[in-house]
Amino acid sequence: MKFKSKSAFVPYILWIALFVIAPIGLVLYYSMLDLNGDFTLVNYKKFFTSAYLTMTLTSFWYALVITFFTLFIAYPTAYLLTKTKHKHLWLMLIIIPSWINLLLKTYAFIGIFGLYGPVNAIIKFLGLDPTQILFTDFSFVFVAVYIFIPFMIIPIFNALDKMNPSLIYASRDLGASPLTTFRRVIFPLTIEGVKSGIQVTFIPALSLFMITRLIAGNKVITLGTAIEQQFLVSQNWGMGSTIAVFLILIMFAIMRFTRTKKKGGRA
Amino acid sequence: MRSELTTKAKVYLAIVFVILYAPIFYLIFYSFNSGGSMASFDGFTLEHYQAVFDDNRLLVILINTVIVALLSALIAAIIGTLGAIGIVSLRNYKIRNIVLSLNNILIVSPDVVIGASFLILFTMLGVKLGFTSVLISHIAFSIPIVVLMVLPKILEMNTNLIDAALDLGANRRDVLTRVIVPYIKPGILAGFFMALTYSLDDFAVTFFVTGNGFSTLSVEIYSMARAGISLTVNAISGLVFIVTVGIVVMYYFITMRSKKTEGSIQ
Repeated sequence: MKFKSKSAFVPYILWIALFVIAPIGLVLYYSMLDLNGDFTLVNYKKFFTSAYLTMTLTSFWYALVITFFTLFIAYPTAYLLTKTKHKHLWLMLIIIPSWINLLLKTYAFIGIFGLYGPVNAIIKFLGLDPTQILFTDFSFVFVAVYIFIPFMIIPIFNALDKMNPSLIYASRDLGASPLTTFRRVIFPLTIEGVKSGIQVTFIPALSLFMITRLIAGNKVITLGTAIEQQFLVSQNWGMGSTIAVFLILIMFAIMRFTRTKKKGGRA
Repeated sequence: MRSELTTKAKVYLAIVFVILYAPIFYLIFYSFNSGGSMASFDGFTLEHYQAVFDDNRLLVILINTVIVALLSALIAAIIGTLGAIGIVSLRNYKIRNIVLSLNNILIVSPDVVIGASFLILFTMLGVKLGFTSVLISHIAFSIPIVVLMVLPKILEMNTNLIDAALDLGANRRDVLTRVIVPYIKPGILAGFFMALTYSLDDFAVTFFVTGNGFSTLSVEIYSMARAGISLTVNAISGLVFIVTVGIVVMYYFITMRSKKTEGSIQ
């Protein structure tokens, strides 16, 4: 493009320097400070003790479970949505709940899963004893999956929507069973959508702290909860930054893993 | 592939829709409950809505939230649009890709990391935590999404339009305001609305960078929810739902209208 306007570009470049590069640098810097502000690697040593490693692995495990179930529910939904008559309207209806404030949706489950909530009412109706569903692993995973489903559906829907349907006919004509068609044609062609879906689910699943605080009590501690704890409760910014450094590293690893192939064109 | 959905498929979709909407309607339903809990519906009342509008503190928080959202979306839309134009004008593809990668970092970064690192940044710069820090943070995390919304529009734009404008004697400013911006307006609008919803929805970043005196709706809901069930929160969700659907409908009509006018020009 011939049009050039250097001065208009300045605020954006400033933004990159101040709010993208500087924060990462500052987190790295703070991770090497102890409580007195002295330069040290003690935080990293502490991170590699069993308590923190267990926490990291548990957080990873939860994120994996959450991502799996989200994908498991979202993929068929996206697939069926592309086959509805007014698919974009239906997609819009899927997106609307994702725009309702996250905290409100989480708050709803405090009531739904509560001891006197509707789920326990059904359990009672079935003749079983009401149990506390709130503050369990199950409730945490359920609420997280609930929140991520729309975000997983959108990229998969877009990938499916772009797919040329004649490929499926071709596969069927060549004698492939529906399962083979899915496994060898549909899924590989929509893998990019699945990857973006995983990216927008897995990384937040590692770091959401309000759901763990509100729904899981203090039973589930994710990397995000730990960071919040260190920064805002213990006031140990050094340790919090160290955990943040590892979260950033994991994030880059996932970005690499789920990187979508660049397509040709001017971009 | 216009095959009709089987009954099984319809049931599956119906279940997903019910699960997605049930919690929201559950909240709204109990906002009219004259009892104090979300367990048994005692009778219809509007007292919880009344409570929201009688609570001056809550109203101030609502106004703050809206002001932060509108201001941050507006400023992010401006900086982001100029940024996207700047990115496209970068000749060196290597630099362009680096800038694009840097642009996307804040989009994939976990909220907690953004919040924590901004907290360090503001403390170091000596920015007082409160309205300013929250507004700046919201602008900061909204800019990349605006860029992503505007970029494809600029890329699909025919560069001859710019050449033509320049040949006809337009200066740079004219080219920007009378050729480029009108063309990419749908992208800017989409970016603005995305930024708006990002800001309204944000909790984690705000939670980190807000001081004691300033609060947004998300942060307030969090502290109310931590204290237990309060039907005032339900009333707030009823209002939020209406506003959200309102924004969606508004966005839908604005894009439809701009599509129509675009069609009539061409």
